Order: sequence, then structure tokens, then C-alpha cells
Amino acid sequence: MVVGMTMETFLQQLINGLSVGSLYALIAIGYTMVYGILRLINFAHGDIFMMAAYFTYFGIAVFFLPWYVTFIITIGLTMLLGVTIERVAYRPLRDAPKTSLLISAIGVSFLLENVATYLFSGKPQAFPEFPLMTTPFFIGGLSFQPVSIVIPIVAFILMSALLFIINKTKIGMAMRAVAVDYDTAKLMGIKINGVISSTFAIGSALAAVGAILWCMKYPSVLPLMGVVPGLKCFIAAVIGGIGNVKGAVLGGLILGFSEVLMVAFFPALTGYRDAIAFVILIIILLFLPNGLLGKKQVEKV
Amino acid sequence: MKETQNSIGAYLKLHWKTAVFLVVLLVGIGVADIFVDSYMRRLLNLCAIYVIVSLAMNLVNGFTGQFSLGQAGFMAIGAYTVAVFTVPIESRAAIFYLEPMAPFLANIQLPFIVALILGGLASVVVAFFIGSPCLRLRGDYLAIATLGFSEIIRIVFTNTQSITNGALGIKSIPTISSLWWTYGTALLIIIATVLLINSTYGRAFKSIREDEIAAEAMGVGLFKTKMTSFLIGAFFTGIGGGLFAALLGTVDPKQFYFTLTYNFLLIIVLGGMGSISGTVIASFVVTLGQEALRFLDEPMAFGLDLPIFRPGLRMVVFSFLLMVIVLFYRKGLMGTNELTWDFIAQKYRSIKKKLSGKKTSTEGGGN
Repeated sequence: MVVGMTMETFLQQLINGLSVGSLYALIAIGYTMVYGILRLINFAHGDIFMMAAYFTYFGIAVFFLPWYVTFIITIGLTMLLGVTIERVAYRPLRDAPKTSLLISAIGVSFLLENVATYLFSGKPQAFPEFPLMTTPFFIGGLSFQPVSIVIPIVAFILMSALLFIINKTKIGMAMRAVAVDYDTAKLMGIKINGVISSTFAIGSALAAVGAILWCMKYPSVLPLMGVVPGLKCFIAAVIGGIGNVKGAVLGGLILGFSEVLMVAFFPALTGYRDAIAFVILIIILLFLPNGLLGKKQVEKV
Repeated sequence: MKETQNSIGAYLKLHWKTAVFLVVLLVGIGVADIFVDSYMRRLLNLCAIYVIVSLAMNLVNGFTGQFSLGQAGFMAIGAYTVAVFTVPIESRAAIFYLEPMAPFLANIQLPFIVALILGGLASVVVAFFIGSPCLRLRGDYLAIATLGFSEIIRIVFTNTQSITNGALGIKSIPTISSLWWTYGTALLIIIATVLLINSTYGRAFKSIREDEIAAEAMGVGLFKTKMTSFLIGAFFTGIGGGLFAALLGTVDPKQFYFTLTYNFLLIIVLGGMGSISGTVIASFVVTLGQEALRFLDEPMAFGLDLPIFRPGLRMVVFSFLLMVIVLFYRKGLMGTNELTWDFIAQKYRSIKKKLSGKKTSTEGGGN
């Protein structure tokens, strides 16, 4: 199988895997943070990602704003969207049975997809190209798209910032407290609603950055573009251990590398590229249900 | 023998209303089968299929409290099994023109009923492989695994060109035209579900829904019971999918997009998670409603050229409806109640009481 693959192409694939994996990691963090605090699969997260892609598209291709203004507006709007969804659809159901919360999450996801189809039509829109990001450059016979290098760097900076927030700031401490024990944290005077809102804001902001970088790499936006990345990134979060931010990053990278390398080594399986995440999920659930970095959870009465 | 006859007689004496209702229903289907036009017939058939699949979904999600989102995928398995095994052998070469059908399948043709049951069983096998890792764990892994599965099965069916004809799909499947296939199956499945829910198994399902830890302490085998419910649900869904293929006469991977599952979710939420009769009513309401609201997608509704009416509005309305029900009417139409004769009588009395109560109060105000 490896015959025909030179060292150069292999390195190229590794860079590619690193950039895809970093994108997955950025989105997976949003899933894992919400799950850690609310024990809820935020089905709408993939669609928040999709809306962010549309915000960027409208900023650049329709309103012709400078790219840096567009990015700031996109991140702001996406954070607002995430917080609003939590406020409207999740908060009223906080004491309801878990099933209702889950259905509400699916409902939001379905609503966003349909609203996007209605407003922006179901046809894919071409995302404007960034020549600075897509013109390949060469190092010693290897050709790279700058975007493949930029993605991991941006992702690394953001994740370091996030880890700083979680481990060193007051709001981060509150988040960790709520994740460990919701009720006790409440009794200790932590403002639960504020903590949950900021969790959604941070998760959505990362999804927005993910969407911007995603569109530079794959320049097309459509209403259902968030579904498969959303599904995969939740799986990435499960691989790393749901609720664990470092685990989500690890899971995202593992998923990115395995996808890219599988297609590189077995070109016949290209059609099954999206299936590999699912196979990994089943294997992880069978042998390591708490994920790679997750702690064993004991259900208490 | 005499005892059973006696018990049947006693049963009839107790449940004569139900028996009369069943007879009226059967006659109604018979009459409808003769008189309705092809459009209405297709719609009614679709209602019955939605009843089957929604009931199966409610068995798992509503009664057992496990969140499965794989309905589109299990339907796809049932539909493709029926398609592959019932397409006439002579027309197969014309359908599989890109790549001939795999030799081990090319000459097998089965009767519809056999293919239908085979489709259900194939769903069961797949459900077993998804369920065995997910149902052992607490939490919502089943939701994500089943949703992932229904995406994957589409990818698989698109890529297995020599079995499923890939993205082209399979055409000229022999169709069912009478209402009896769908309504007969739906009735059988409704009866089976009622019997199941009222059996020890059904009580075990509900105990898991209410409290897993308590159920386990009472001696309910969690994994086995969840699995039983999940497999029965998958079987019924596969059957529903098979009927769906035979109703449309054609299958292709795009029909089984995961958004199909959300229709059934809307139905069970509207009808009430954990109510059989609610599911049946909601299936009709949603299926007919989706058809009746088709004008929302037409640009020239009401003769006005309003820009609001364009493709996609209908689904916005339906997803909005799902949100409204979940947020404000969490119990749906029926909650966990059933539409029994007692329930109707009780409702009738309470409405009557309310009306007369209002009357007296207004009279009081007049004085």
C-alpha cells in the first residue's frame, strides 16, 4: 500500500492531517465544554458553526467589508447566537427531564438548518478565495497551502488562551466547579447562569473561528455544512473523554490524522472517509467508554 | 378450549366498544380502499407507514427512555432489502446499467412478504451491533451513535454500486396499491405494541425510563431490557421502511437523509412521549399537515406575490412547531395517557362540568 508514497507526500499528508485535526479540535471544544457543565449534547453546535460561515460569507462577499471587520463581527454574532440559544431553548428546560432538553437541542438544530435553507437557499454559495491563504508555496519540493499552516497555529494560540482562562481566571474556576458538581457550586454562591452563558459564548467563538478557517480551506457554504463536522467533532470529544478540554483537542487531532492518512494510504476507501469517525466511536465506546483522558464516572443515587 | 372460548366471550362483553370500533375501522379502510383516488391513497398509505415508524420510535424513546435517532437508517435498510429482493429479475440489467448486480444476488427474487420480514431482521442485526456498545453505557451515546449510523448507512449504500446501484437508486420495485398492506401491518404492530407495553417487558421498559438505578435495584436487567426494546423498535422500523419502498416504487440514498428522522421525532413529541394512541393521532396530523401546508412553499400563495412564501418555509414552520411543543407543551397531545373509553368519558365529563360551571358563574355575575 505504501508503495508509491514518497516521504514528501507523506509529510504533506501529515501537515494536512494536522490542519484538519485542529479544525475538528476547535469545534470539539464547544461540545465538550457544554457537555461538561450541562451534561447535554448540544446538537445545535454544528449549526452554530454553519451560521458563522454564513456570517463571514455575507460580510465579505455581500457587504464587502474588510476581512478583519468581518471576522470580528462574525465572532461577535456567533457568540450572541450561542448565548441566545441557551437562554431561549435550554434554560427554561433546566429542571425538565433530560429527554426534553435533548429534543430541544435537536429542535434548535433543525430550526437553524431550515431557517438557513429558507433565507439563503439550499444551494452551496462559493466562499470568496483568499489568495494569500491558498496560493501554494514550496519548501524543498513540498508544496503547502499557507492556510494549512495557519490553521494549526491559530488553533494552538486559541487553545492556549482557553486553557489559561479555564485554569487561571475566576470564571474558569467557576466553570470547573460547576462541571464537578452543579448543585454544590450553586450552593457556594456561583452564578450558574452567568457561567453557563460564558461557556456557550466561548464555545461559539471557537466554532466561529473554526468556521472562518474551514471556509478558507473548503471555500463553499451551504445550510447543511455543519451536520457532518458537528457529528464528527462530538465523536472527537468522546474519543478524548467528554468534558475534558485537552481530551477534545487530542480527539480532534486523532480524528483528523486518521481520516487524512486512511485516504492517503487506501485511496479505494475515499468514499468512506466520513465513516471512519463512526467506526472509531464504536471501538472507543466498546473498549474505553470514558475516552482517552476521561475519568471514570460513577453514577450515584 | 372451553375456557378460552369463555374468556373470549368475557373479553367481548367487557370490551364491546373496542370490538365495534375495530369492525367500523376495518369497514372504513375497506370502503376507503375502493373509493379514494391515487393521490389520497398514497397519502393514507404514508400515514400508516408513519404510524409504524413513529410507534417504533416511541417504544424506544418514549417508553424505554433511550434516545435513538436512527429511524432513517433502519428504514433505509428495510427499504433496500425489499428493493433488492423484489425487483423483477428481467428488469435488473436495465436498472444496474453502470455496474451489473453482484452475481450472488442477481438471480434471487423473493415474495414481498418474505423480503419485508427479511428487511426487518436485517435492521435488527445492525441494531444489535450499534446497541451492544452504546446501551451498556449510561448517557446519550446512543443518540449520537444512531444519528451517525444513519449518515453512514447512506454513505455505504452510495458506495456499494453492485448491490444497491449507488446514487442512482433502484427503480421499478413492484408497488403495493391497496391500503391493506400498510394498514394491516400498522394494526398488527399497534396491537403488538399494546400487548408488549402491558406485559412484564413493558413494565420493565417504563421502569428504566423512570429511574435506571431504581429499576436495576428491583432486578431489571438494564442492558438486556434496553436491547429488547431497541431491537423490537428496529424491526418495526425496518418493516416500515420496506413498505415505504414498495409504496414509492423507487429507493435512492437521498430519501433517507437524517432529517427524515426529525419528522418522527416531531410526531412522538406532538403525540406524547409514551402514548400509543397519541402517536397514532399525531402521525395523521403531521403527515396530512405537511401535505396541507405545501402552499407555504409556493411563491404565489393567495394570489399575492409575497416574498415570504418560497421553498423552505414549510419546514421552518414545522421545526418551529417542534420547539414550541418542547418548550411550552412538553406533554404533547396525550402525555403518557392513552385514548381509552374511560379517558374519553372522563374528558367528556370534565368538559361538561367546565361548561356548566362557567354557566353558573356567569349567571352569578348577572345577579
